[in-house]
Amino acid sequence: MRKRLLVLGGLALFVALATWPAWRALAWSVPPAPRLARPVGATECVAPTDFMRASHMKLLIEWRDRVVRDGVRTYIDRNGRAVTMSLSKTCIGSCHTDKTKFCDRCHDYAGVKPTCWDCHVVTAPAPVVSAALGDAR
Amino acid sequence: MSASRRVFLRMAATAATAAAAGSALGCAAASPSRRRLAMAIDVGKCLEIPGCRACIDACHVAHNVPAIPDRAHEVKWIWKEPFERAFSVQQPDTLPAALRGSEVLVFCNHCDNPPCVRVCPTQATWRRDDGVVAIDEHRCIGCRYCVAACPYGSRSFNFVDPRPFVPHPTTDYPMRTKGVVEKCNLCEERLAAGRLPACVEACPARAMIFGDLDDRGSEIRTLLNERYAVRRRPELGTRPQVYYVI
Repeated sequence: MRKRLLVLGGLALFVALATWPAWRALAWSVPPAPRLARPVGATECVAPTDFMRASHMKLLIEWRDRVVRDGVRTYIDRNGRAVTMSLSKTCIGSCHTDKTKFCDRCHDYAGVKPTCWDCHVVTAPAPVVSAALGDAR
Repeated sequence: MSASRRVFLRMAATAATAAAAGSALGCAAASPSRRRLAMAIDVGKCLEIPGCRACIDACHVAHNVPAIPDRAHEVKWIWKEPFERAFSVQQPDTLPAALRGSEVLVFCNHCDNPPCVRVCPTQATWRRDDGVVAIDEHRCIGCRYCVAACPYGSRSFNFVDPRPFVPHPTTDYPMRTKGVVEKCNLCEERLAAGRLPACVEACPARAMIFGDLDDRGSEIRTLLNERYAVRRRPELGTRPQVYYVI
């Protein structure tokens, strides 16, 4: 009988530990969704909001391949509007002008670190050249 | 059973014929190239203004090319090289005195038969139909085979993060990142907008002539018809498309 108690107790402890993340998620509230700055002037995106929210990278990758590989630079959206396929000129340049209040907020929330910005310049940072020289050596 | 095998063989033969015909038609339909872009440099005119760097500066500003002082990490799209080094094989004894010891502009030759393209394992670099040898930086894995393959040293590798060395990057053209290869792109982004390459536009002596070799009436065609021009290391069979009018 004593052994049975030990086994049951151990089992209960195991189940509690294994399901701990689920209990924690139930107990703790999910952080609120980030507030994104809406573009001023522009009323609609090149694709429906739901699609853009979930799959904007698919669209951007298609744009990338068509510009770089095929040399096609204009995209006709669902309303027949012609837009230049450019992340820095169209997406950031004319709609979501402050990347930190749109792209970054959601990426930070989701914990993703896209490498697009390593090359695609959207804002001109002011680096300290002397420090940069030190880094190179 | 034998009837169904016959049917199968007949179908297979039909499919093979159709595939062969399709690929033959495809080859015939693809036009060889509507344009053959090339550059000519009038070396005499280029030397008119000593110490001029207008084309180099214009190019490097337009494409966010970093100015890295350490020569081991240097990145360059267009630069000057002593004539004797740029044309190391063709050195006639009768080289005009003006050219001896002078510097000529060098950049990617956008070869008709580019060795860099042949060695690229990811097809990140390729020759477009109009002759531009392009790079897809997204696909470059930084193996540097192309750097080794290019006999002109036209390609630079980003050994360090280039961003700190571009104090005022333009948003009109992306930067590159550490670990990819870059070079002159013949200003394909400007050509797409109907503009001339930045170097050609910036040259105060109008020493750089850009155009379509297949266009009989183009300025570059006329110039090459009238004057003698050399190319860098033609013996390698790369068929470079930068012509030096001497």
